Amino acid sequence: MTARTVLTVAGLTLREAARRRVVWALLALTVVLLALSAWGFSKLVGLDTELGTMTSGEARLVASLLLNLIMFGLSLIAAIGTAFLAGPTLAGELESGQALVLLARPVRRSAVLLGKWLGLVAFGCGYVVLAGLAQILVVGATVGYWPPAPATGLALLGAETVVLLTLALLLSSVVSTMASGIVAVGLFGATWVAGVVGGLGQALGNDGVARVGTVSRILLPTDGLWRGAMNAFQDPIALVQMGPGEGGFPFLSEAALSPAYLAWAAVWLAMVWGLTALSFSRRDV
Amino acid sequence: MSTADAPALAGPGDPAVRAAARLVRDLPPSPALWCDGLRKRYGRRTAVDGVSLSVGRGEVVGLLGPNGAGKTTVIKMLLGLVRPDAGEVMVLGRPGSDPAARAGVGYLPELFRYQPWLTAAEVLDLHVRLAGADVPRDERHGCLELVGLAARADDRVGGFSKGMQQRLGLAVALVARPELVVLDEPTSALDPLGRADVRDVVLALRERGVAVLLNSHLIGEVERVCDRVVVLDRGRVAASGTLAELLGQREVRLHLTGVVPAAEARLAMAGPVERAGEWSTVALPADDDGTAVPDLVADLVALGVRVHAVEPARISLEERLLGILRAGSGDGRS
Repeated sequence: MTARTVLTVAGLTLREAARRRVVWALLALTVVLLALSAWGFSKLVGLDTELGTMTSGEARLVASLLLNLIMFGLSLIAAIGTAFLAGPTLAGELESGQALVLLARPVRRSAVLLGKWLGLVAFGCGYVVLAGLAQILVVGATVGYWPPAPATGLALLGAETVVLLTLALLLSSVVSTMASGIVAVGLFGATWVAGVVGGLGQALGNDGVARVGTVSRILLPTDGLWRGAMNAFQDPIALVQMGPGEGGFPFLSEAALSPAYLAWAAVWLAMVWGLTALSFSRRDV
Repeated sequence: MSTADAPALAGPGDPAVRAAARLVRDLPPSPALWCDGLRKRYGRRTAVDGVSLSVGRGEVVGLLGPNGAGKTTVIKMLLGLVRPDAGEVMVLGRPGSDPAARAGVGYLPELFRYQPWLTAAEVLDLHVRLAGADVPRDERHGCLELVGLAARADDRVGGFSKGMQQRLGLAVALVARPELVVLDEPTSALDPLGRADVRDVVLALRERGVAVLLNSHLIGEVERVCDRVVVLDRGRVAASGTLAELLGQREVRLHLTGVVPAAEARLAMAGPVERAGEWSTVALPADDDGTAVPDLVADLVALGVRVHAVEPARISLEERLLGILRAGSGDGRS
C-alpha cells in the first residue's frame, strides 16, 4: 500500500512539473543560457585582449572559471525552480484544499511526503544533471576544456538541489506557499554569501571571518556541496595560477569535499526530512 | 505455558466452537462510522465538545446545525484529517488512526479543489490508484456519466466551473466503490438540477447499501433523503434520532363554530389545544395510530359542533431544528 502511494504521488509530482508552464519557461531559459555560453566560449579562443592574444592555457583557465560561473547559474535556476515547485506542492495543496481529498484516501502522510520528495528530487536532479552535462559538452566542444571529475561535480550539484528542495518542503509544511519559496532561496543565497565572506576571511588570515563560512556551511550544506562541485569542475592548474592568496575568489574552490562533510550533509537531509514528516503528519488540514 | 501443557484444544467440530462461531456470525456488523467523545480546541475556542455519533451500514445520516457548529471539524476528525484532542473514531470496523480504515471511504469536502493540470478522467484514475481499488475503465467513465461530466472527461479540471468541480468531486467520492460516503455540503455550488441529481445519487447509494453521512444546510434535502439526523450546536450534539422521532409530534388544525364546553373538554382529551379565534390547533400524541383525528371529528359533530375545516399539520424539520437551536441558546443564556 505504501509503495503504491509513494510511486503514485511521485508520478503525480513529475506530471505536475511537466504540465506547469513555469517548467517550460525554465527549459527555454536553460537553452538560451547554453546557446549564449556556446557563442561566448567559441569567441574566447584567439580573443584579442590588451595584453595580447590569449594562449590556449589562459583560455582553459578562463573557461574553467566561466564553467563554474555558468554552473552556479544553473544551480541557481534549479534551486529557485525546485524551491518554488516544492512550496506549492505541500503548502499550496493544503491551502487550496487539494490535500483534503488526497489525504482522506487510505494513505500514510509520510508516504505522500516521500512521493512528493522523490518526484521533486527526480525533477531537480534530472534538470541539473542534464543541463550541467550539456554545458560541459558545450565547453568541451568550443574550448576543448574537460573538467577533471564531471560525474562527481554533477552529483554534488544534484545533492545541492536535493538539500534545498528538502528545506523548501520543510518550510512549506509550516509556513505559506510564497514564504517557503522565498525563505528557501533567501537562505540559499545567504549561505553562498557567507561562504564567500568566509573565503575572504581565510585569504586575509582572519579566523573570525573565516568561521562565518564554516558555520553557514554546516547549518545549510548547499554552499559546501557547491564548493565541492566547483572543485570537481575547475582546472587543477587554475588555483596554482591564481596563487594561494586568491582563495577568496568565489568561483574557485581550494579543496575537494571531505567524506565527513558528505556524511554530515546526509545526516542533515535525514534530519530535515524527518522533521518535515513529523510536522506534516501532525498537521490539521 | 506451552501448547503441549494446554488442555486439549477445541476443534472446529466442537459444539462450543460452533456456538461461538455462530455468535460472531450473528453479531450485527460494526457501524460504518462511529465516534465517541470527540473533542477539538483551536486555541482558546472549543470547536467540538464531546461529540458521539454513529452511521450504520447502509444508513443515510444527516448532519445539521448552524454555521460554526463544528460539523466540518467533526467530519475531518472522522476522516483523520484533523487530530482530535480526545475521543475515539472507528471507520468501517477499524480504528480511525489506521489509514487502511479509509480504503472504503469516499469523501467530497466542503472545500473541493482538484489538480487543475489533470483531466477529469485522470483525477478519477489517481483516486482509484490511491484507494487501491480495481475499477475497470468503463466503470470509471460511468461515474463521470452519473455526475454529467462524461463529455468533459478529457478536459483539464483547470477550465471547469465551480459547479462542475463539485460534480467531479462527487464522482471522486463514488469512484472507488465506497462502503461509506461522506458528503460535506455537496450542493453548495450546484444549480437546482444539480441538487436533484445529488439527491438521486444519495438515494441510489442507500439502495445499494452504501452508508452516507450528509452535511447540508439545505434542510429540505436532508429531510428527503436521510434516515436519521444529528443536530450539532456549538460543538455538541443538540439532538439526534430518526426523522419520525424528531418530527414525531403531529398537529391538526380545526375550524370550528358552536363549540360547547363539552366539546372543549373533548378537544383537550385529544391533546394540548391552542385556540386562535375559531381555529383550534391540537397537538396529537406521538403514538397515534391514525384513529385520533376521525374519532375526534365524529365526537365533535355528535356534540353539535359545526366543523368547517380539518387540516393536518406536520412540524417541518426546519421548525424542529429552529426549536432545538433556540432552546439551546436559551439554556446558554440562563
